Amino acid sequence: MDLTIIWESLPRLLGGALLTLEITGLSILIGLALAVPLAIMRLSDKSYIRIPVYSYIFYFRGTPLLVQLFLVYYGSGQFQEFLDRVGLWLFFREAYFCAVLTLTLNTAAYTAEILRGSIQSIPRGEVEAARAHGMSSVLLYRRIVLPKAFRLALPAYTNEVIFLLQATSLVSIITLLDLTGVARIIVARSFEPYKLYIAAGVIYLLITYVILYISKRVEHRLSAHLRKRSSPNVSPSNFR
Amino acid sequence: MRKLLCTVMCLILASTATIVSAQTRVTLGTEGAYPPFNWIDENGDLQGFDVDIGNALCNAANLECEWVVQDWDGIIPGLLAQKYDAIVASMSITKERKQKVDFTKKYYNTPAKFVRVKGSGIEINKDSLNGKTVGVQRATIHENFLRDNYGDVVSIKAYASQEEANLDFLAGRVDLLLADSVALLDGFINTDDGNNAEFVGPDFTDPRWFGEGVGIATRKGDAQLTESLNAAIDAIRSNGTYAEINAKYFDFDVYGD
Repeated sequence: MDLTIIWESLPRLLGGALLTLEITGLSILIGLALAVPLAIMRLSDKSYIRIPVYSYIFYFRGTPLLVQLFLVYYGSGQFQEFLDRVGLWLFFREAYFCAVLTLTLNTAAYTAEILRGSIQSIPRGEVEAARAHGMSSVLLYRRIVLPKAFRLALPAYTNEVIFLLQATSLVSIITLLDLTGVARIIVARSFEPYKLYIAAGVIYLLITYVILYISKRVEHRLSAHLRKRSSPNVSPSNFR
Repeated sequence: MRKLLCTVMCLILASTATIVSAQTRVTLGTEGAYPPFNWIDENGDLQGFDVDIGNALCNAANLECEWVVQDWDGIIPGLLAQKYDAIVASMSITKERKQKVDFTKKYYNTPAKFVRVKGSGIEINKDSLNGKTVGVQRATIHENFLRDNYGDVVSIKAYASQEEANLDFLAGRVDLLLADSVALLDGFINTDDGNNAEFVGPDFTDPRWFGEGVGIATRKGDAQLTESLNAAIDAIRSNGTYAEINAKYFDFDVYGD
């Protein structure tokens, strides 16, 4: 098999991979920041807080991401005059903004659900103990609930990050030149779909591997108290 | 039980029988998103100049034809992967494509043109185009032409279908469109959406990018099919079928000279 085409297009593919990473990273960061309050609101006893958040999560989990992208990108095009008047067209004009917005809202919904699950699985006893110590709700969440919830959520959240990375390949349909978009452009002229999509696939695989590695390291750190301490630290001489 | 077995056997026999008689059966691939040449109507049926020509050719060549719809940027890989036997989708005969597929002779030839917003004042020269955004369909001769000739001054947005490019032109995300003049005229400018759009600049026909007109692509080595389609093109040109189909869609001759 002649691999020169892959070698020659590698710089362009890597440039596309950079955009893929950028969009993934931005959406993950903003999405996570949104997901924490959303998960807490989702668990609120007050229905006027819980129901809107639940509807939002329900919508973004219940519709295909492709439809959401089309809706934000081509849909905003239909309301161009209105958006222009309120000064938002500046943002919606850019495919980049539309992509990050859609992916952020999508991942925030999924992440909020993951966090809700792990918050609910925290033993009641721990929460009651904290209350008994007189902790306020904020302190309770900051010291007890969220740290544990994050640790419990990590495996599922890693999956979400990987899903999102792969979902970014959809942004090529709204004209962004991410890894998939670049591969498609090169295929269009070289008619070598197998080689180029395999090359793009390998790059996605490498990025996924890095994400898995980072997640493993984070998990290791967060669960330090659950492992046996290495023996020198607990030798009786340390306590003398 | 025996009855069931018999039915199953009969079904298997029947299906092999169709395979045996399938010699004159040909599957045609088209895009279905490129009016007026090919599109899918409200009932989900394929319509358009390409489709009528394709059916007329099958008639003339005594082939039993079936249509398959495939997105444009995967249409050549789909042919090579045997998803269909010929592409009848307004595909220009170019050198680049000829390295991968064979072509029949042309069945029409129309120039490419830019479209701008009425009164935007953009002209087709490098100074005026500097910094402008142009929408094209991905994997087309128009995209290649644009990248090779104006790629250094304009930013190019490539869409999966011409319809999506038109949508973004309406939304103001692109300043210009470049595509086949007839597809732009009947598929956009003459529709309700297109009343704020107008042609600008010359007709582009340079064969280095735009090829020798539009032909039917077949797999390399499928010479028999290519030959019979070529003969069929001659037949419908001379017996008036072509002129009839031409008149159904256009008030000018799309065959070119």
